[in-house]
Amino acid sequence: MDDTLAGLLQVLFLLVLLAACYAPLGDYMARVFTSEKDWRVEAALYRLVRVDASSGQRWPTYAMGLLGFSFVSIVLLYLLQRLQPLLPLSFGRGAVEPAMAFNTAVSFVTNTNWQSYVPEQVLGDTVQMAGLTVQNVLSAAVGLAVAAALIRGFVRANTDRIGNFWVDLTRATVRIMLPLSFLAAVGLLIMGVTMSLRSGVDVTGLDGNTYTHPLAPTASQEAVKMVGTNGGGVFNANSAHPFENPSALSNLFQIFLMLVVPVAMTRTFGTMVGNRRQGTILLSVMGVLWGALLAVAWFAETHPTGAAGIATGAMEGKETRFGIPTSILFGVSTTGTSTGAVNSLHDSYSGGAGGVTLLNMLLGEVAPGGVGVGLVGILVVAIIAMFLAGLMVGRTPEYLGKKLGRREVTCAAVYILVMPAIVLLGAGLAIALPSTLDALSNDGAHGFSEVLYAFASAANNNGSAFGGLTVTSDFFQSALGLAMLFGRFVLILAVLALAGSLAQQKRVEATAGTLVTDQPLFGVLVGGTLILVAALTFFPALALGPLAEALA
Amino acid sequence: MFSTLRSQTGVGLRLLLVFTVVCGIVFPLVVWGVSRIPGLAHSAEGSTITRDGAVVGSSVVAVDPVPADPAADPYFHTRPSASAQDVLGPADPSTSGGSNKAADSTDLLDTVGRRRALIAAREGVASEAVPADAVAASASGLDPDISPDYAALQVDRVARVTGLSVAEVEQLVGGATRGRVLGFLGEPTVNVPELNLAVADAQGR
Repeated sequence: MDDTLAGLLQVLFLLVLLAACYAPLGDYMARVFTSEKDWRVEAALYRLVRVDASSGQRWPTYAMGLLGFSFVSIVLLYLLQRLQPLLPLSFGRGAVEPAMAFNTAVSFVTNTNWQSYVPEQVLGDTVQMAGLTVQNVLSAAVGLAVAAALIRGFVRANTDRIGNFWVDLTRATVRIMLPLSFLAAVGLLIMGVTMSLRSGVDVTGLDGNTYTHPLAPTASQEAVKMVGTNGGGVFNANSAHPFENPSALSNLFQIFLMLVVPVAMTRTFGTMVGNRRQGTILLSVMGVLWGALLAVAWFAETHPTGAAGIATGAMEGKETRFGIPTSILFGVSTTGTSTGAVNSLHDSYSGGAGGVTLLNMLLGEVAPGGVGVGLVGILVVAIIAMFLAGLMVGRTPEYLGKKLGRREVTCAAVYILVMPAIVLLGAGLAIALPSTLDALSNDGAHGFSEVLYAFASAANNNGSAFGGLTVTSDFFQSALGLAMLFGRFVLILAVLALAGSLAQQKRVEATAGTLVTDQPLFGVLVGGTLILVAALTFFPALALGPLAEALA
Repeated sequence: MFSTLRSQTGVGLRLLLVFTVVCGIVFPLVVWGVSRIPGLAHSAEGSTITRDGAVVGSSVVAVDPVPADPAADPYFHTRPSASAQDVLGPADPSTSGGSNKAADSTDLLDTVGRRRALIAAREGVASEAVPADAVAASASGLDPDISPDYAALQVDRVARVTGLSVAEVEQLVGGATRGRVLGFLGEPTVNVPELNLAVADAQGR
């Protein structure tokens, strides 16, 4: 079969799978966040941790719960790494260095899952399972909670309560993340993913040479790594490693897993606001963007530039079983969500395809975005779009029956501006430091792209990398750690403040002058705003990096 | 405000400890339990291949075999690994990964040129005959598969060194070749560890 046709059939197959899950999963998640009833196990949990689950919270309380929870999560994950020699199943792997432990703790709690370490050498099973797997689940649940709170801001009126963080977190974990992850893990096991509590398997090859292949409790973490759009590899090579991703089938399943929750969240949104077309319009913006970026990257990678790219047929940093279209499909999906898992090395992509993965993150990861936060991202862009439209016609903008006044637009503007500020200031600072030159593995425009990619990935909580950049220096460990922290929590605070402000308003009835938001015109407006904001912000930086490389 | 933050953080800590047990111990161990089901356990432990009770390799990860005498090289070779000490040669399986070299890297171009020359000399063919995947390092460094083109390139040499007929070796290559999964997922591959074992077995008969 023709390569392109096979690749297109693969994309079609993926879309069919996603479409089949869209309504059932989306409506199920809507029920999770609107149901009045607790499951018995949840009620027992609330009693055990002594939390009042019956009352709603104002946004500052909700935010303090979220921040406090994330803070203790970082501390516990840091301590687990530092105390690794005392833990069982550590296989003699020692305490993780302080800067690396800080970076890793922040990375997994912020749903970034950026990795500055080689897992199979540095981490034992206990840190992998009781540390990293836990945050893979919980950081995704936090994302879902934030999305639920924001949707309630639109749904509710005349109240200062946006939900209860502990209830949202618990339900997202117990009813969504754990069941989906378990099903995914069983699927991955059937497809041949490893799951071992041994440190490795000793092999004496046909040639008489002996070596050890490290093993790990892979399937459980791999499942939640994809379902929760986390992306931290159990092995250094991440989803390129055959123990994590042994076949083209497990590969397609992983792509499906990272897209399914973010895609279905638009249905959850539509169902909760009582107009499903509102969700499908946002989904179509996400889908068109994903498709367009996929097409550009696919074309760029099958028409490689650069002498080495041409000489290797763009196969450097790709696995034989995946080849080009399958690698690109994964790469565009992992950067369009906040996953950051890789089945091929983005650093070795052609200038055009590498630039697409970078741009995908710089758009704020909304194609279709991370678990929970993808929907939040596109809603914030929708608010900015309505604000711009309102300015044009000289009318106070409204969205879903809520007026977008000064407070709402301020929150949205903070959300839109903080990420670029972190990326551009961080990359600028790093490039200004002479020591950064030693950290690069490639020079010229591509070297700059490596640094820009690192900060784009950290600030957007993606976690993929142009992996040639050596990030083990204290500067990069700290700077990228801070970029992840601010990129996650400043944005979440802005969203919760927005939710609180929206919930307090009374509902305004739609009139003849109200811009309808469940029609394609609105989708065009949102997509246009998205591209406009990103282009104005990042064009100079992209011109110095991937554009220069692609046009060289 | 600080009392709210303190009390909320206290709740957070208690909930985190419970979830650490549920998501970090119970969940992985249940999945591990499922992986003990016959039929799943083999791949869960790395899809190892045994001969006479000894583990001789894995069918999903590969380290390039090293011939005792380079002039009489009986092995099909894997793709290059960025963790190998030289431009070709066995990977370091303790750390997976690729080169991360860019498409415009002069370093990479130089490495690729050297690989091409070495492989062309090994197979006794012109350097233009060496397929692209043979000179490009894989993403994992442990890729067990090569393209059917690269397998075909090595058939003559393997047949000559092992004393098997070309037709026999081609048949073994065919046995280790897999088309796209479901006909359209991924790419056609030839599994090197399985192929080398099949060659060794055929030789021993």
